[in-house]
Formats: sequence, C-alpha cells, structure tokens
Amino acid sequence: MENQKNVQAREYERYVKKVTPTHSLPVNMARAFLVGGLICVLGQYILNTAQAMGADKEEAGCWCSLILIFLSVLLTGLNIYPKLAKFGGAGTLVPITGFANSVAAPAIEYQKEGQVFGIGCKIFTIAGPVILYGVVSSWALGLIYCVMRLWR
Amino acid sequence: MNERMGHQSIRFGEPVYIRSGASVAGKKEGEGPLGPCFDEIEKDPLAGEKTWEQAESALQHRAALRALDKAGIRNTDLRMIFAGDLLAQCTASCYNLAQLDVPVYGLFGACSTMGEALSLASMAVAGDFAEYAMALTSSHFASAEKEFRFPLAYGSQRPLSATWTVTGSGACVLSKEKSGAAVTGITTGKIVDYGLKDSMNMGACMAPAACDTICTHLQDFGRQPEEYSKIITGDLGSVGQQILFDLLEKQGYDIKRQHLDCGMLIFDDAVQDTHAGGSGCGCSAVVFASYILPRIISGEWKRVLFVPTGALMSKVSFAEGQTVPGIAQAVVVEHMEEKD
Repeated sequence: MENQKNVQAREYERYVKKVTPTHSLPVNMARAFLVGGLICVLGQYILNTAQAMGADKEEAGCWCSLILIFLSVLLTGLNIYPKLAKFGGAGTLVPITGFANSVAAPAIEYQKEGQVFGIGCKIFTIAGPVILYGVVSSWALGLIYCVMRLWR
Repeated sequence: MNERMGHQSIRFGEPVYIRSGASVAGKKEGEGPLGPCFDEIEKDPLAGEKTWEQAESALQHRAALRALDKAGIRNTDLRMIFAGDLLAQCTASCYNLAQLDVPVYGLFGACSTMGEALSLASMAVAGDFAEYAMALTSSHFASAEKEFRFPLAYGSQRPLSATWTVTGSGACVLSKEKSGAAVTGITTGKIVDYGLKDSMNMGACMAPAACDTICTHLQDFGRQPEEYSKIITGDLGSVGQQILFDLLEKQGYDIKRQHLDCGMLIFDDAVQDTHAGGSGCGCSAVVFASYILPRIISGEWKRVLFVPTGALMSKVSFAEGQTVPGIAQAVVVEHMEEKD
C-alpha cells in the first residue's frame, strides 16, 4: 500500500515536471554572464581607479568591496536590485552585491518587528547559512592545512 | 427540504440568495483585465496603515462594509461572519473583525477559504440559523510573501509555475431574501495529496483536489459538465488548469468549454509578469464578487460551479520537507428571477 502510494507520487511528479514550463537555461546563463560580468567589470574599474589614485593593492580591494556593497544596498532600498536579479539571476547572486542584497532586504522587511527581535534576529535569515558554513568550511580547510604542515 | 446528496454534497431546499458581493483590490489587480469590475481599487500597498498585515485587515474591513452597504443592512443585522485569510492564525481577519462587532467563525482553507466561507454561510442560512450571514476573505501580496517566501526586496527569480498573490478582499452577504443569484448546493472537498512538495507549483498541488471535488460533485448531483454555464476554479493558474483537464479526462469528463480560473482571469501574464496567474484567498473572492456574481445576476450565466482551491501548507511544513496537500470546495450558484 505504502509502496503503491510512492509509485503514484513519483509518477505524478514526473508528469507534472513534463507539463510545467521552465526558464530557458541557455538564456538564463547568458543573462547571468552579462550581468555578473558587468558587476565584475565595475569592480575592476574601482580597483584600478583606486590604485591609480595611490592606494596599494589591499586598500584598493577594500574600496572596491565597500563601494559595491554600498551600491547594492542602495539599489535594494530603492527596490531596483530585485528587478536586476530577476533579469540577471545568478549573475547578481554570486558577486558580493548579492550577499549585500540578502542582508539588506530582511533588514528592511523586519524593521517593523523592532530593532532587536526584528532586524537583530532576522537580518541574517538568508545570509546566515552562507556565514555559518563559510566559517565552518574555512575552519575545516585550516585544520587540513595544519595537519599537512605537521606531516611535512 | 434540504437534501444530502451522495457522501459529500448538499442540495438546499430553498435557495440561499446572495444579497450582495463587494470587492476591494490592490493597484496591480486594478491594472489587470478585471480592473473596471472592482468596487474599489486601493493604490497604496499599505492602504494608509503601518504594516502589510494591517493593510490587509483594512482592505477586508472596507470590503465588509461595502457588502453590508450594498445589501442595505447594518453590521448588527448580521448573525455571523465566516472569515479567513492566509496569515498565521488568520490575524488579518481577527483585527478587522474586532472592529466590526459581529459574531465570528474564523476559517483556514488556504486559497479555498472563500468556497469554505460561502458553503458554511449558506448552510447557516439554509438551516435558519442566521437571517443574514457573511462570507469574507482577503489576501495581500506583500504579507503573503513575508509569511511564506522571502523579504520583498530580496532579489530572486520566480519559476514560471509560480503564482502572484492577489492583494484584495471580497465579501458576500447571504440571506433568504430574494436576489438575482443564489447558492443552491455545495460539495465539501476532501484533502487530496499526490505527494508533490513544490510550493512554487501550487497549481499542480491543487489540481488533483479540484478534480476530486468536481467529479464527486457531478456524481453526487447526477449532472454533466454541460449543465453548467461555467465551472470556475480558484487559483490553479495555467499549469494547474492543464493538469486539471488531463486528470478529468482520465475520469471521463471534459470541461474545457466551461472552465475558467480566477487566477488566470485577474492578471494578464503577458503584460503584468505574474507567471502562472493570481492566487490567495483574495483571488477567488474578488473575482467572484466583481466578475462572476454580476454575470449570474444578469442571467448571462445560468448555473455556475464555483470551486476555490487551496494548497494546505505552512512555512514549517515546507521547511520540514512535508508534501503540499490540496483542497477544493464547490459551491453551485444559480441565476434567479427576482419576481415570482
């Protein structure tokens, strides 16, 4: 009985997949390449300009991140970033601007629930996993690196 | 004499008249194909309130007052209201109803709530438990996004099967006093779960329930689809509609000529970028009050099977990997001659 139900569910899922329209993958990839590429070009431009103005490589990198994050948060506040993301998909998600958007958006939405339980608790609802598992994986890599050095 | 039909249906001995229907819709809905039909279009997404949730309550409040006004009665004339919405613990209804000062039954049937409310209100009137009863539901795009999905300003791509929650509220006053349209029967829906887990394809989750309720209804009443001017589902959208046709075909029914879907009527996807269609408790409610009811009253449609559909899930059930079961409630609404 249980097995029959599972078979039925799988069959229905397969049928639904067949009749449900999806976004075109090549088009989405092209758009992501275009938008993501443009964001990176902008980043490179900021980097080069900062260096030309006398900043060293590290300082120029800081300026680059800072300005990109600022622009992303500004565009999120003006409700332009969601439109950009709808078009660019992963092209807007992967660069640092996507991360900034995922932090700014909950901050705006949950502001009405208060500074502590609203913004404070919920600001990382989307970015939280990236932060947590980013830290955990760098910790794991660090451990591997440490062991390898001892072994040498 | 009221009569139980089959296992799930009721035929009312005396028609339960729909005295009035009122709709209040948001800006995007107002720009859609049904824009001219709504009683009121609220251009401000916050409806002059501070939060999305309060805005939804405000829309519901206005729809209720308009329905009372159109029926020519006061709030104190209502014996009871059947109301619901999509927010957790139905808060949009609670805060509105607190102001109305009328006895209340709060309902949750996801997007099928208007069908549930009309069914229960009809039974209350048919059973002489209420002289006047109201069916009332609402939804709001922003409060639903916040409740079920992401913060509004978060950038993401919605799949083509996704629907757009309707901002709006619809209300109907039911009574035994004559009018041009009446509920003559209902079929209570069963929860149908085909094991789908994709909450971004709610049409596919709800279509099996719609199929089940429509088939049961036709069998219980011994009717054929041709005996209905229209069979109108709630918010299956374009994907769900296709699936409903396929599922019904397997049962030996073809409703392609009669079928309409409120979600597909309210938005024009080509211009408004809403993907599969509109959804939410407000969707079937505003379309019923603004578009379907006037056509039944005028006699353009003689008999309509109104079948709001709901996807029964919560944020928690979704996060815990549960399936999305569907439900559909059917209400038969017929044209009535006002003079004997």
